[in-house]
Amino acid sequence: MVPAAGQSAWLTLLISAAMAFLCVFALAFSVAAGRLADRWGDALSRTATVRLSAPATQMDEQTAIVLEVLRTTPGVDSARVIGPEDQAALLEPWFGPDLPLDLLALPRLIEVTESAAGFDSMGLRLRLAAEAPGAVLDDHTRWRRPLLEAAMRLRLLAVLAMGLIGGATAAMVTLAASASLASNAKVIAVLRLVGARDRFIASAFVRRLTLRALIGAGVGTAAGMAALLAIPGTADSGGLLTGLGFAGVEWLYPLAVPPLAALVAWAATRAAAFRVLREVT
Amino acid sequence: MIDLESVAHGYTGAELFSEVSLRLGGGSFHFLTGPSGAGKTTLLRLCYGELVPQRGKITFFGENRRGMARDKLAFTRQRIGVVHQDCQFLDHLTLRENVALPLIAGQRPVPDTDLDELLSWVGLSAHADALPPTLSGGERQRAALARAIITSPEVLLADEPTGNLDWEMSTRLLQLMIELNRMGTAVLIATHDLNLIRAAKPHVSARVLRIAGRKLQLAGADL
Repeated sequence: MVPAAGQSAWLTLLISAAMAFLCVFALAFSVAAGRLADRWGDALSRTATVRLSAPATQMDEQTAIVLEVLRTTPGVDSARVIGPEDQAALLEPWFGPDLPLDLLALPRLIEVTESAAGFDSMGLRLRLAAEAPGAVLDDHTRWRRPLLEAAMRLRLLAVLAMGLIGGATAAMVTLAASASLASNAKVIAVLRLVGARDRFIASAFVRRLTLRALIGAGVGTAAGMAALLAIPGTADSGGLLTGLGFAGVEWLYPLAVPPLAALVAWAATRAAAFRVLREVT
Repeated sequence: MIDLESVAHGYTGAELFSEVSLRLGGGSFHFLTGPSGAGKTTLLRLCYGELVPQRGKITFFGENRRGMARDKLAFTRQRIGVVHQDCQFLDHLTLRENVALPLIAGQRPVPDTDLDELLSWVGLSAHADALPPTLSGGERQRAALARAIITSPEVLLADEPTGNLDWEMSTRLLQLMIELNRMGTAVLIATHDLNLIRAAKPHVSARVLRIAGRKLQLAGADL
């Protein structure tokens, strides 16, 4: 009953496609930020480091004491002295490969792996202070917390972006629906005159715009997913940008975008239609 | 079916008419006459609930128009057939679709045979798939009448239904309305055409009403 042609139909299609495209990226960003947070959390939360500074003559003795303390500490799964090669590898990014480690009085590093229950870091610090005064426990908390906060903040921003995209979609579909309703004022008036109920009239517009939103969002989502696939190195989880994308079952997440866009369009058009119909007797 | 009690209505502060009381009961037949601008169309618009009276009360099938829920008003209109003076077609739909519109709007089945028969009766079978803008004024009026009666309404309101028709087609449509009236449909026809009223008199017991001087009067005696 509603004329097939109309700018509002194309507008809805275009808006939905563009918004779905952006939404897929925001979703991918959110998932990547979450993954990054998990990775940083996992990498740092289960390990700690004991840094031991002592005169060279006492280093081995102090190391043995520290290892014994760690062995008898509940919640410590294992402890390993980081050897010269590993230490050189850690320092290489800053000082280059030719650093003469044997000439430097570097502290000895002991990597501690926690059990699932974790250890009492305060108690361990006190024991180390009593038995090996040169040993300092670093449980990575000061590194982990800001990193996790940054990752969670990124995720929140991505979720906020998705909310804004949803709101903008609703606003623009409402505008398109209002334009469509205004240009079809006579259709609405005649249908009311011949006894059509508001729900019947509204459904003619709602059906049309919801379908367009679904199709548009489907196209936008497909384009967004294709664009993500085209980003090089998504399989490598080295950083946030190279990790932008979905992995495994996460590729199902964007499939929710078209139905959600259709739902937003349905609600927006329905609200606009009933608002206009209230003005018609 | 439709009762008007002491109804007054007008526009921009000026009253077109006041103290209008009228009862369109089952099987009644009324003509409504009066000079242009006297309020015939306004009275008809009140009679199908498009307007709410500024004063007085209108009841449709026992229910007050004032405060009537929108869905209830829609159901009420499904029981009233209206021939609008300007026909009120949807120009992007074919004539057949326009005629079937009250059935579609009421979400009722559209029997093709009934539709074909009705279009044939008003002489529009050949134009069934034409769009309204391609039709003549007379064809549009016939189609408007077909649309008004396709739901077998309990009340038929017609605003100048024969204004663009030749005499032969006018009497033919008048006969159709008289037939509907005999089957119990209340009919109210607003018209300038006194010959149409005279042509109806031998066939139906019709009351002739006249709006003049802001009042509705019985005016059958001089016709």
